[in-house]
Amino acid sequence: MNDYLNLLIGLAMGLNLLALGTSRLPVLIRAVGAQGVLLGLVPLVLEAHELDWRLVLITLATVAGKGFLIPGLLHRAMRTANIARELEPYIAYIPSLLLGAGATIAAVALARHLPLLPEHAGTLHVPGAIALILTGFILLIGRTKAISQVCGYLILENGIYLAGLLLIRSTPILVEFGILLDVTVGIFVIGIIVDRIQRAFDSLDTRKLTALHE
Amino acid sequence: MSAMLDLSLRLLAWLVLAPLVPGVINKVKAWVAGRQGPPVLQLYFDLARLWRKGVVVSTLASPGFVIAPAVAWVAVVGAALLLPLAGAGAPASFDGDVLLLVYLLALARFCTAWGAMETGSAFEGMGAAREVSYAVLAEVGIITAVLTLVVQSGSISLATMFAPLPGPSSALLAVGLFIILLAENCRVPFDDPNTHLELTMIHEVMVLDHSGPPLAMILHGASVKLMLFAVLLAQAVLPLSELPLPASMGVLALAVLLTTVAVGLVESLTARLAFRRVPLLLTIGFLFCLFPLLLTWMGDI
Repeated sequence: MNDYLNLLIGLAMGLNLLALGTSRLPVLIRAVGAQGVLLGLVPLVLEAHELDWRLVLITLATVAGKGFLIPGLLHRAMRTANIARELEPYIAYIPSLLLGAGATIAAVALARHLPLLPEHAGTLHVPGAIALILTGFILLIGRTKAISQVCGYLILENGIYLAGLLLIRSTPILVEFGILLDVTVGIFVIGIIVDRIQRAFDSLDTRKLTALHE
Repeated sequence: MSAMLDLSLRLLAWLVLAPLVPGVINKVKAWVAGRQGPPVLQLYFDLARLWRKGVVVSTLASPGFVIAPAVAWVAVVGAALLLPLAGAGAPASFDGDVLLLVYLLALARFCTAWGAMETGSAFEGMGAAREVSYAVLAEVGIITAVLTLVVQSGSISLATMFAPLPGPSSALLAVGLFIILLAENCRVPFDDPNTHLELTMIHEVMVLDHSGPPLAMILHGASVKLMLFAVLLAQAVLPLSELPLPASMGVLALAVLLTTVAVGLVESLTARLAFRRVPLLLTIGFLFCLFPLLLTWMGDI
């Protein structure tokens, strides 16, 4: 079981670096979507010994939401805004890749010193969650286009979701559903905002939002 | 006496088999493009032809123009001899010989760049500058890969340091070493061995003014280096030392052939990267070599 869990989370951590290293927005959105699918499967692996229909349902809902619905909305926003590349990030791609790798190593080092439960100690679960959150931060800080920042936010949310799965036995599934719904609605709203920014400024560069206008 | 025999056999194998590698790559490229392509033995014919020709030496050049390719050739072949061959082990091994291997490769590169600048052509200086700036980035990857192997096996001698862990760390290391192989040997995403367009050549620029036997040494040295990296990659990833001797040699040869075919496929299916994107790919290669180190470290908990 731990092998599958480590494989899923390890792949998700690899997708972090893909998200940090690419300048193409479709690749970034697909990386976030694939990460959503991988992390959506984690509850199934965690609770493989006692499957029930609620667990299968939440897995399906998470995979559909994180892996297909949200990336689909982002793709649509990207097409309406008519941009496909992030050209002038605050933090360039190589420094963000190195920062991301540093964050991953730091996450592993940090998790070694945390007082974890024995069933979490040997896995990538905690380091993965920390690495995802840090990667989300790097993307949020380092990119200028609204869509890449949303992707950073989604990776951050994936990290929080993964951290939340540590408590899978004590959190009601309803809470997870609520969060998923919130995120979906949030992305929907952001899609509309992206469209508005594009119409008002002819660009999605968030730096232009800091200047005052009449 | 048997040690001498062993050493000569190895030397002969490296010298005779290496020119096959570029031949196989060219055949794969021709096959993907639907052409007949040059014969697999083309490089042997080229080398024989170059060996019989005279050398044209610029009046500006010092004797270094001829010495540098020779030193580079000897350094690369020496580095290849240090490498153990699967179950057969290494002819000479001592603690830290892996660093000697890395530095022999660096010496070979220094000499090629030196020979390139001997004629005083600004164009060759540009090629040398490019080659060396790529090498600086690729070397980070090599050192990291070596560090990973050293940490995995707990040994700093080439003869015993190839003890790959099965699973994801070997897979990551394979990808990282393959990227470094492409960069170090000036293959396609980094440099195009077939190009003769002034602005884009890197390695080809550096050998432009050489002729006759020195050029033959450069070409042969390049093929030995390519085979060296393929052998290194195969041994870093496959647990060859656990197999009996004949089987391990067979698997090693097969792995080298597969790597060669993979290089040919990459060369046929991808385009060259723009110069400014090369550091990004080399950084990715470095990370592919770094993460197995992290995995090894995590495994120690």
